[in-house]
Amino acid sequence: MGRRVVTMLLIAVFTVGLWPGAVTGQAKIAMTFWSWRGEDKAFYESMIKKFEAQNPGTSIEFQTYKPTEYNTVLSAAMQAGKGPDIVHLRAYGALQPFARPEFLVPLEDKVPELKMFARQWLDGARSRADGKVYGVPFAVQTLVIFYNKKLFKTAGVTPPKTWNQFLAVLKTLKDKGVTPLANGGKEGWTLEVAMGVLGPNFYGGSNFYEAVTRGQTTFKSPQFTAALAKMEEIRPYMPQGFMGVAYTDMQQLFINEQAAMFIGGIWELGYFKSQNASLDIGVMPGPVARDGDTPWVSSYDDGNYGVNAKSPNQALALKFIRFTGSREWGQAFTDQLKQISAVPGVEIHDPQLQVVQTWMRHATPYIMLVGFRWKNPTGSELIQNDLQGLFSGKMTPQQVGEDLTKGLATWFEPFRGQ
Amino acid sequence: MSFPGPRRFSYRVSQALWVAACLAPALMLFTIVVAYPIAGAMAYSLFRWDGIVRGGFVGLVNFQRLLTQYPYSVRMLTAFWHNVWTFALTMVIQNGLGLLFAMLLAGRTWGAKIYRAIFFMPVTLSLVIVGFLWQLFLNPVWGIVNKSLALIGLGGLARPWLGDVHTALIAITLVNAWRWVGFPTIVFLAGIQAIPDEYLEAARLDGAGPGPIFRRVILPLLAPQVNIIVILTFIGAFNWFELPYVMQGVTGEPNHATDVLGLLFYRSAFGAVDTGNPDVGIGSSIAVIMFTLILVVSSLGAIYLRRREVEL
Repeated sequence: MGRRVVTMLLIAVFTVGLWPGAVTGQAKIAMTFWSWRGEDKAFYESMIKKFEAQNPGTSIEFQTYKPTEYNTVLSAAMQAGKGPDIVHLRAYGALQPFARPEFLVPLEDKVPELKMFARQWLDGARSRADGKVYGVPFAVQTLVIFYNKKLFKTAGVTPPKTWNQFLAVLKTLKDKGVTPLANGGKEGWTLEVAMGVLGPNFYGGSNFYEAVTRGQTTFKSPQFTAALAKMEEIRPYMPQGFMGVAYTDMQQLFINEQAAMFIGGIWELGYFKSQNASLDIGVMPGPVARDGDTPWVSSYDDGNYGVNAKSPNQALALKFIRFTGSREWGQAFTDQLKQISAVPGVEIHDPQLQVVQTWMRHATPYIMLVGFRWKNPTGSELIQNDLQGLFSGKMTPQQVGEDLTKGLATWFEPFRGQ
Repeated sequence: MSFPGPRRFSYRVSQALWVAACLAPALMLFTIVVAYPIAGAMAYSLFRWDGIVRGGFVGLVNFQRLLTQYPYSVRMLTAFWHNVWTFALTMVIQNGLGLLFAMLLAGRTWGAKIYRAIFFMPVTLSLVIVGFLWQLFLNPVWGIVNKSLALIGLGGLARPWLGDVHTALIAITLVNAWRWVGFPTIVFLAGIQAIPDEYLEAARLDGAGPGPIFRRVILPLLAPQVNIIVILTFIGAFNWFELPYVMQGVTGEPNHATDVLGLLFYRSAFGAVDTGNPDVGIGSSIAVIMFTLILVVSSLGAIYLRRREVEL
């Protein structure tokens, strides 16, 4: 240790010791950060360390809850005027119960970084009631098809571009004794995801989305029911007894190379790679109707970071929130968690994520989550159960369209009397 | 305890005070943990709720929405009939088997104790574990149920038991019966063993075979046990939540085939991550209806069964 360092240290020690004010002035500010992302704990704790280093005297505790219980725990705490300083928030409909000034701090004029964010992701952090933004979006999710390159090669097929090629590939794989799709129907949300991948190219992506959310058309329209009918065509290529195949079964089938394709969300990529390093994964968008069409990819804001309106350390919490909107945060998020950050300008190094990012120039909102999850019954609740009806042969595409329209009409005015 | 002072309480008053003093702790506990939450839920059901924030008083509007507005009206009916069906099936299969096992265990001496322990074992398992185990057994891809069917040449019968809209409810009711069957068995067994041997002997001397002895002697004397099992099965079937939640998710998948009132209540009141938003008003209304239904039917049932018991 150099002499100068020792001197400096001594000075520091004496200054602190001689000046009591320094001790109290530097009192630790302890904040809490609640989340449901237990699996990302290492990332959050490393980022918190960085923040603590830049803001001496600050400590943040990252506390996680079970995903299924998180909203209940958070709402009980918020209603009691308690809760954490920094809050991990869900997006769109699930954000609404919290998106009020008595619970959260509106961020638009307090976090200048938000001005750079794409409007479509900010919509996931916006309150339907007052139009204000209550969070910084953290990740962008996209729905895709994963395929096993090795199984494709063995069967002599290439990734399909059009629907007809897709069906041909499915058939070839099945004829060669490979289960073509890992997807099942035991959990309705996995069917909603499959619809999110395969549907938009047939119902017309954002054009239909705009029309239906404005009430110019309904889910009974032939465009939408035709897309549902396309979904039915993949039934023969799903695993045996697919209605009993749950989400974790799907993952196992794909990871253990027992099925060639997995229709799902891009968030699976990191998990697939971590579970089977030798799995050679390819990614493709949902097949298009006609050769040369640009595929639509369903995308959405995954969730947000917000600040508790009742936090006694609001200024510091806001400083942390600005950090989450920075390029540094976004870059670390994408590099470490293998997910696409919502922060603009982040560079993606993972080759698969890179190509997904290019498809997102033709992104369309994940229809029920972005457009129809505001009130009960939500579009997601309806479509998940209706798709189970469709896949078990209990409902026709027309009946699904009618049930969606009828269910949503209870709170979505334009559908009334349709 | 004594009451010092110039005026002493009369015997009657002091006795009443004693009773009140002894009841007070239990009554207080009951008020705090039972009556207050129930009254709270009843009050909640009379308000408008915006997510988790309470709005103004609306009277019975939540009940009206629940019973007349689509999709709640349909979901309520579906869930209610599933509860009824669960009750009926559990009565026949679980309690029927319980009675059969109890008869077998009472009659045989060798190995009876071991069998009794085996039958009771699933009751001690956590419901979450039971649900998880049977999900593995019934899995259509690698579950042993379908594999065993194929092994004995009945592969044609294999189906996705928990994912098929026609079999899902029956499957989870049977899993529930597997888990609980030890309980009625033990209760019936205790009842049978309490029957004095002289009665059975007298019947045998009168020339009655095993059939008439069971119908005319054992069954009437088992009435108290049967009654308590019927009431408990009813309450259990209409409060059913854990197993459907663990095995079929909060919406009673697939396509609401296993939806029950408990699930409908839970997802209405608390919402679900991937599906719905919380609506405490609707949730509380369902809770009030469930509570009233169970209270009224089980009280009436208890009174009726008790009266029959006396007649027998």
